[in-house]
Amino acid sequence: MVENKSHRAIITVLGADKTGIIAGVTAKLAELNINILDITQTTMQDLFTMIMLVDFEKSEISFHDVVVALEERGKDLNVQVRMQHEDIFHSMHRI
Amino acid sequence: MLKTSEIIETIRMINEENLDIRTITAGISLLDCADSCGEKSRGKIYDKITRIAEKLVKTGEQIEREYGIPIINKRISVTPVSIIAGASDDTDYTEYAKTLDRAADTCGVNFIGGFSALVHKGFTRGDRILLSSIPQALSETEKVCSSVNIATTRAGINMEAVAEMGHIIKKTAELTADREAIGCAKLVVFANVPEDNPFMAGAFHGVGESEAAINVGVSGPGVVQNAIRKIGPDADFGHVSEAIKKAAFKITRVGELVAREASRRLGISFGIVDLSLAPTPARGDSVAHILEEMGLETCGTHGTTAALALLNDAVKKGGSMASSYVGGLSGSFIPVSEDRGMIDAVNRGVLTLDKLEAMTCVCSVGLDMFAVPGDTTPETLSAIIADEAAIGVINQKTTAVRVIPVPGKKEGDMVEFGGLLGRAPVMPIHKASSSIFIRRRGRIPAPVNALKN
Repeated sequence: MVENKSHRAIITVLGADKTGIIAGVTAKLAELNINILDITQTTMQDLFTMIMLVDFEKSEISFHDVVVALEERGKDLNVQVRMQHEDIFHSMHRI
Repeated sequence: MLKTSEIIETIRMINEENLDIRTITAGISLLDCADSCGEKSRGKIYDKITRIAEKLVKTGEQIEREYGIPIINKRISVTPVSIIAGASDDTDYTEYAKTLDRAADTCGVNFIGGFSALVHKGFTRGDRILLSSIPQALSETEKVCSSVNIATTRAGINMEAVAEMGHIIKKTAELTADREAIGCAKLVVFANVPEDNPFMAGAFHGVGESEAAINVGVSGPGVVQNAIRKIGPDADFGHVSEAIKKAAFKITRVGELVAREASRRLGISFGIVDLSLAPTPARGDSVAHILEEMGLETCGTHGTTAALALLNDAVKKGGSMASSYVGGLSGSFIPVSEDRGMIDAVNRGVLTLDKLEAMTCVCSVGLDMFAVPGDTTPETLSAIIADEAAIGVINQKTTAVRVIPVPGKKEGDMVEFGGLLGRAPVMPIHKASSSIFIRRRGRIPAPVNALKN
C-alpha cells in the first residue's frame, strides 16, 4: 500500500477553453515554487482539460494554502483547478 | 504517469457520483476507566477520550484537503459503557452518557457510540442499569448513540432483552416526542453485532479490540449505480457483478488509503475498512436506485431480494480485494429514511415492511431507520426485533433494528428528521397481536448450526 511519502500531486484544470489558461496556472505554480514534472492537455467536447504532475517539496506554504491559491487563480480564469495528492489516484487505479 | 481518463474518472466519482469517505471513527478502549466511584470513572473517561481523539477532526480535515476526497463524519466509539459503569455503585448511567456527550463536543465529532450493552445470553447488573438508563440518556444528550446486542448465533436470542427493548424504544420515543422521536434514531438493537463497526448509531469499541483503533467507513452508491448504467440494460448478470466489483474495489482502495493515512498521522493503529454502501438522502446516493438501475421499476417489487443479494455479494468481493483488513458491517445498507429511492418506494406502496425484512436476509444490516405508527405496542416492536434477530442468528450474519414509533403519527404520515437522517414515511404494520409470544421471556436456544466445534 502506498504511503504519503512523496511530495507529488496531480493538478487538474477543467473549464471552457480560452487563451491564457496554461500561462495563468503555470505562472502561479512558478510563483509558489512548485515544479511541474509532466503536463498533458486536451480539449474534450469544448472542455479544456489540463493535467499536471507536480512536485511541491520546495513550496514554502502548506498544501492547503496552495490549494486555496490555485482555486483563486482558477476563479480568475473561469476554470476549475484542483490539486490532490497523487496517492489517491494511484491507490484507485494501480494495484 | 497516470492516464488522463483515470484521473478524470476519479474526479467524476467524487464530484458527480458522491464518492466520499462516510466516516473516520476512532475506537477507544475505556476498560481502564472503570472505578467504584462513578464520578472518578467519568473523569477518567472524559480525559482519555479527549486526549486520544484530540486531533481526530483536524487530521480528518487535512486528509480531506490533501486528497480532495470529502470525509463526511469524524466520530468516536468506546467500550460498551455497561462494562465500565458496572464497576461503580451508580444506579443510573445517564451521567455517563452526558460525559460522553461533553467529550464529543470537546473533540468536535458529530456522534459518539458506545452507550451500549451486550446481553445476548443474559444480563449483568450493569447491563440492566444501562438498559433502563437509555431513554433518559438519549433524551438528555445530543451526540450519544446507543446499541444493545440481544442475540448471537452462538448464544441464541435473549427474549427477555427483546421484550425489554420494545418498552425502551417506546419510552425513548416518548421522551423525544417533541423532536419526532429522534432518540430512537440513535438506538440500534443488534444480533451478531460486530465489534469494529465505524458506522453510527451502532458503533462501539469491542472488548477484544486494542487500546485505540482507526476504523473507516466508505460510501459511494452513486458510483455503483453509474457503473451499472454504463454497461446498459442488455448486459448479463456476470457483467453486472463484474461492474459492481470493479467500482467497489476502487471505492474501498480510497477508504484503505484514508484509513492508513489517518492511522499514521494520529499514531493510532489501523483497525478496519468497512466497505459498506451507505446511502444518503442526496440525489444520486441511493442504494434503491442501484437496484432499480438493474431493471426493477421500483425497489421492493418482485426481484428486489435477488438484485440486492447480487449487489451485496459483488460489493464484498470487490472490496475485500482492495483492503488488507475488512471488517465492520461491510455490505449494503438499506435504511428507509436515509435513501431517496427507498422513501419513494414506500410512498408508492411498493416497498412494504415484510419485503424490507426479506431484503435484510441478503444485505449487511437490517431494518433500519423506518418509522411506524406512534400507537405501535412495545410487544409488536419486540416481535419485529425478534424476527430480525432470528434472521441474523440462523444465517450467521449481523442484523439490526432501528425503528422509530413516532408519537402522534399514523400510517402514511411523513416524519422529517433532517440532515443525513432524512425523512421517513410511517409504514403500516400488521395489526394482529404478538404479545403472548413476546411475554414468554427466556432465551431462544442457539441453533444447531452454532455447533461447529
